[in-house]
Amino acid sequence: MRRIVILGAGTGGTLVANRLRRAFSRREASIICVDQDDWHVYQPGLLFVPFGLAVPGEIVRPRARQLASGVEFRLGDVDRVDVANRVVHLADGYELPYDVLVVASGSRLAFEDTEGLTGPGWGERVFTFYTLDSAAELGAALATFAGGRFVVNVVEMPIKCPVAPLEFCFLADWFFHERGIRDEVDLTFVTPLDAAFTTPVAAHHLGGMLEERGIHLVTEFNTGEVDGVGGRLISYDEREIGFDLGVVVPAHSGASFVTRSPGLGDGLGFVLTDPHTLQSQASPHVFALGDAAALPISKAGSVTHFEGEVLVENVRRFLAGEALDASYDGHANCFIETGFSKAMLIDFNYDVEPLTGHYPGPVGLPLLKETHLNHLGKLMFQWLYWHSLLPGRDIPGIRSEMPRAGKHLAERPKEEVTR
Amino acid sequence: MSVDTIDGVQVHLNDEGFFTDPTEWREEMVPALARREGIEDLTDRHWMVIRFMRAQYEAKGTGPSVRELGKTSGVAIKELYQLFPKGPAKLAAKIAGIPKPRGCI
Repeated sequence: MRRIVILGAGTGGTLVANRLRRAFSRREASIICVDQDDWHVYQPGLLFVPFGLAVPGEIVRPRARQLASGVEFRLGDVDRVDVANRVVHLADGYELPYDVLVVASGSRLAFEDTEGLTGPGWGERVFTFYTLDSAAELGAALATFAGGRFVVNVVEMPIKCPVAPLEFCFLADWFFHERGIRDEVDLTFVTPLDAAFTTPVAAHHLGGMLEERGIHLVTEFNTGEVDGVGGRLISYDEREIGFDLGVVVPAHSGASFVTRSPGLGDGLGFVLTDPHTLQSQASPHVFALGDAAALPISKAGSVTHFEGEVLVENVRRFLAGEALDASYDGHANCFIETGFSKAMLIDFNYDVEPLTGHYPGPVGLPLLKETHLNHLGKLMFQWLYWHSLLPGRDIPGIRSEMPRAGKHLAERPKEEVTR
Repeated sequence: MSVDTIDGVQVHLNDEGFFTDPTEWREEMVPALARREGIEDLTDRHWMVIRFMRAQYEAKGTGPSVRELGKTSGVAIKELYQLFPKGPAKLAAKIAGIPKPRGCI
């Protein structure tokens, strides 16, 4: 019997475990999924918590309950992976030997990489919406904010869901309008990028949307220190931005055990992975997906979902001794909540940046355009997440490969990704 | 894309000034490339970072981000900003003749 070990029971670990359980009988393979806690957070919901549009209890469910029967769930911290001997060492000394290892351990918020971030003022004047606790505390602060300088800052890329900080700005604009104090608030988005977003066409659209809403944009600002008492962001090149209320998205790293497992990850602890097969560069027995993988595409649930299909097929092929399927194309899509019950959709891959048009075909949801329909799509997605995506069921019309029909492809091609 | 002459040799650069073909780069071009970015005095510390960027690119196909550079190059982030003001990863990548560090999507 083959032993499959999955590290992480979030989006990627769960959907891969459930799909693998259907691909192999219990006599063919054992599947064990390890995580450090039993709380599966629907992470897209975090954005809505500070605005009172979601409550923490609604977006958290037990991890074990999302796993199919026949998948063993084990609570524990991973100490390290011994890639050469194919053994996972847990912190409590337990050992898990494997024939196939799937690293789906996501990313970790590296608060410690920014001086002062969680020092004095944290939870009073400085918050993040990337953790459930701080998102809830931020909600209380937003409800009583009397106006002043409000700053939203991304410390460094990559981050989970690169559009979320922009969505947060749009929702804050809407929220302060609703509270009748928008004119009292000076809203600024501070990014290390040279534009509102990473890719030119979307950056142009999104930058325009910030401007329309009177949201200031500060680019190429690399935050080195946060002064939560004085209310200042300080960059490495010694520029300063003052704030009365600051929302900071911390830098991200991979899971700590990746750094403790020689050869597995890059300098930030993300797993070095083939971009098309999702096999690790460290060993043919190891695969990685989602936020944990060092790939040149967004860290987002949709990416993890599309990768999952290819990864499961490749685990099957690897164990059967067949050549791997190199078909993952970097497909990603994201709903971008824009406030006032509207949203926008973007769809892209390694080679094609987000363009205008429709998804998944000429008749479908409009791309790069604010509509109420896209907002409904975003809300409906939460149901699909728990009931289709995690159980590993195919969603009709939504495929791993990026659709080209319906897109205005002439706009501008992205540079080819080299392997 | 434009054709440029660095140190008497023709090379191809994109709109932002990054090499489109990293194999056209030679270590002898470094002082001239650095001057174009406003760095007149190249110290051993500059060279250490430039060589590290180049080696990382050759090993992994992409240059590291600033934070990764700070964790792995042996030069702390604050010093990186003193050596390459404004944007160490971008500036050092241009001088090392490698594409703009990606992973920032």
